Amino acid sequence: MNHWIILPILLPAIVAPLLALAVRHDIVLARVFSVGSTTLLLLLGLYHLNMADDGVTRTYALGGWPAPFGIVLVVDRLASLMLLLTAALGLCVQLYAINGWDKRGQHFHPLFQFQLMGINGAFLTGDLFNLFVFFEVLLIASYGLMVHGGGPDRMRAGLQYVTINLLGSTIFLLALGLIYSVTGTLNMADFATKVPGVASTDRAMLSVGGVLLLLVFSLKAALFPLQFWLPGTYSQAPPPVAALFAIMTKVGAYSIIRVFSLAFGESAGPFAWLATPWLMPSAAITLAVGMIGVLAARSLSQQASFSVLGSVGLMFIAIAAFTPQSISAALFYLIHSTIGIAALFLIVDMIIARRVGAGDALTVSRRFSNQGLIASLFFIVAVAVAGVPPLSGFIGKLLILDSLRSIRGGYWLWGLILCTSLMAVVGFAASGSKVFWKSLSVAEPLRSPRQLPFALPVVAIGIMITSLVLLTALAGPVNSYLDSTVEQIFNPQQYINAVIVPAPENTQ
Amino acid sequence: MEYLVASSVGLMTAAGVYLLLRGRTFTVLLGLTLLTYAINLFLVSTGRLATNQADILSETQKNYTDPLPQALVLTSIVISFAMTAIFLAMALRGYFESGNDEVNASDAEDAIARKRK
Repeated sequence: MNHWIILPILLPAIVAPLLALAVRHDIVLARVFSVGSTTLLLLLGLYHLNMADDGVTRTYALGGWPAPFGIVLVVDRLASLMLLLTAALGLCVQLYAINGWDKRGQHFHPLFQFQLMGINGAFLTGDLFNLFVFFEVLLIASYGLMVHGGGPDRMRAGLQYVTINLLGSTIFLLALGLIYSVTGTLNMADFATKVPGVASTDRAMLSVGGVLLLLVFSLKAALFPLQFWLPGTYSQAPPPVAALFAIMTKVGAYSIIRVFSLAFGESAGPFAWLATPWLMPSAAITLAVGMIGVLAARSLSQQASFSVLGSVGLMFIAIAAFTPQSISAALFYLIHSTIGIAALFLIVDMIIARRVGAGDALTVSRRFSNQGLIASLFFIVAVAVAGVPPLSGFIGKLLILDSLRSIRGGYWLWGLILCTSLMAVVGFAASGSKVFWKSLSVAEPLRSPRQLPFALPVVAIGIMITSLVLLTALAGPVNSYLDSTVEQIFNPQQYINAVIVPAPENTQ
Repeated sequence: MEYLVASSVGLMTAAGVYLLLRGRTFTVLLGLTLLTYAINLFLVSTGRLATNQADILSETQKNYTDPLPQALVLTSIVISFAMTAIFLAMALRGYFESGNDEVNASDAEDAIARKRK
């Protein structure tokens, strides 16, 4: 058995309690351990990506119990790609957060590690109930991170976030109960083999279970009509935490791609494409709502939160089309939007820290320190997030548009995507010119009240922008990797064979 | 027994949803707790209802009760217990920081505004 597979879960699981128990009084030591752990996770992600590149789906049976009786972890191209993205994002956000955010409340670093553990687990697991457990792990950590630093508004937004997610967990359990009662299994691969043969009397129960599962994943991904929690949560959360949360909506997207391609895909008989009729309209509305929000936002953090919604909507239009080409485009856009939006939140935080009095409100106010540099960073990232050439957002959007050509009603979607792109451009241009440009005309510049850390935040944002540029320059190789990833997704039999027939060393 | 289990799951869910839609944190907490009780009972019933049966299959005992849902329920009880504790802690802190226990932000802002007048 290849024990490397479980390390992305084990490493943060060991480091987090160590941070909480042993080094909680020494912030420098906590930073060293935490950044070290995330760096190792990044290396592990690279290792997994390299390992999965041969196209073999590898499994790890926990405790040596073969599937479907035990819980298995599964690594394929998609899972390893998500692991790498999580670790890279985590490291950038962490480099930013050690400018002082981690000192504004307790236990930032342990919670951060637990969050990474939950996300990695959700990407790796091959068992539906285990997926629920890892969702809970990442949620509990996110509750703590969400209210990091405190304050009445943040506490109330956090309370609403907890409530909606507890309700989501309840529905998740309901879906699992229905699925178990019909198929007698919760292992994803085993479940996929049992779906086509379900007795006709049980079909209604399984459909309800499948749609409830879709509901829960859509709640995590913030799809219409379950998107109401997102703008409030993300704009009230500490901006570095909101940047990390950029990967959380993608956990929902990943789960939908994974479960619905496996169990409710081409070969599911009466349940084939169970999700498609629901996904496309809700994705289109999410995109519209998000971009209208970008246009109407009253503060920068609100604008960034609504652009999360917009990116989720665009990504899900491509996922809902569910052709190999469109899923590949969706994955490209997923990578781009995760990094781009996280960078946007970090820049918003730099502005809030310097623009004393006005904060991130979209008003004309006095100039603040380092305005020129922050304005250019904002410009680059806004170009990327809005999807204007020359950065990767444009390529992602182009790939999605191209993949929608063959879909019925695709030209309506073209119209929607192009109109909402225009709205995003106008929204970001308006906020940029208000906050940076028009503020130049105000006579007296603000003097920042204290020496603000500058080097590390700029390095963190610089790494993210560099990776966006790299993603643009290397779009060809990335795309061919994604195409082979999609080939794996559209061949569920390979996944099932890898999980169900245990390799000789697994049985011992 | 099916009737009893089904109706109690239904009743608890209905009461839970009603309480969840109330405006204050304590009733919301009670609602969430009732909902998890309903779901736990539902999960037990997914292994089919059986009384006085062993949970292992043997050569002499052909009827058995499915042990897996019981393990699932145990996990779900532990998780919901932790979640309730976290919710309670956050609700308390929110109460101390803002001076009221409203869940909805706009209502709460109204309440603060009323107090100031």
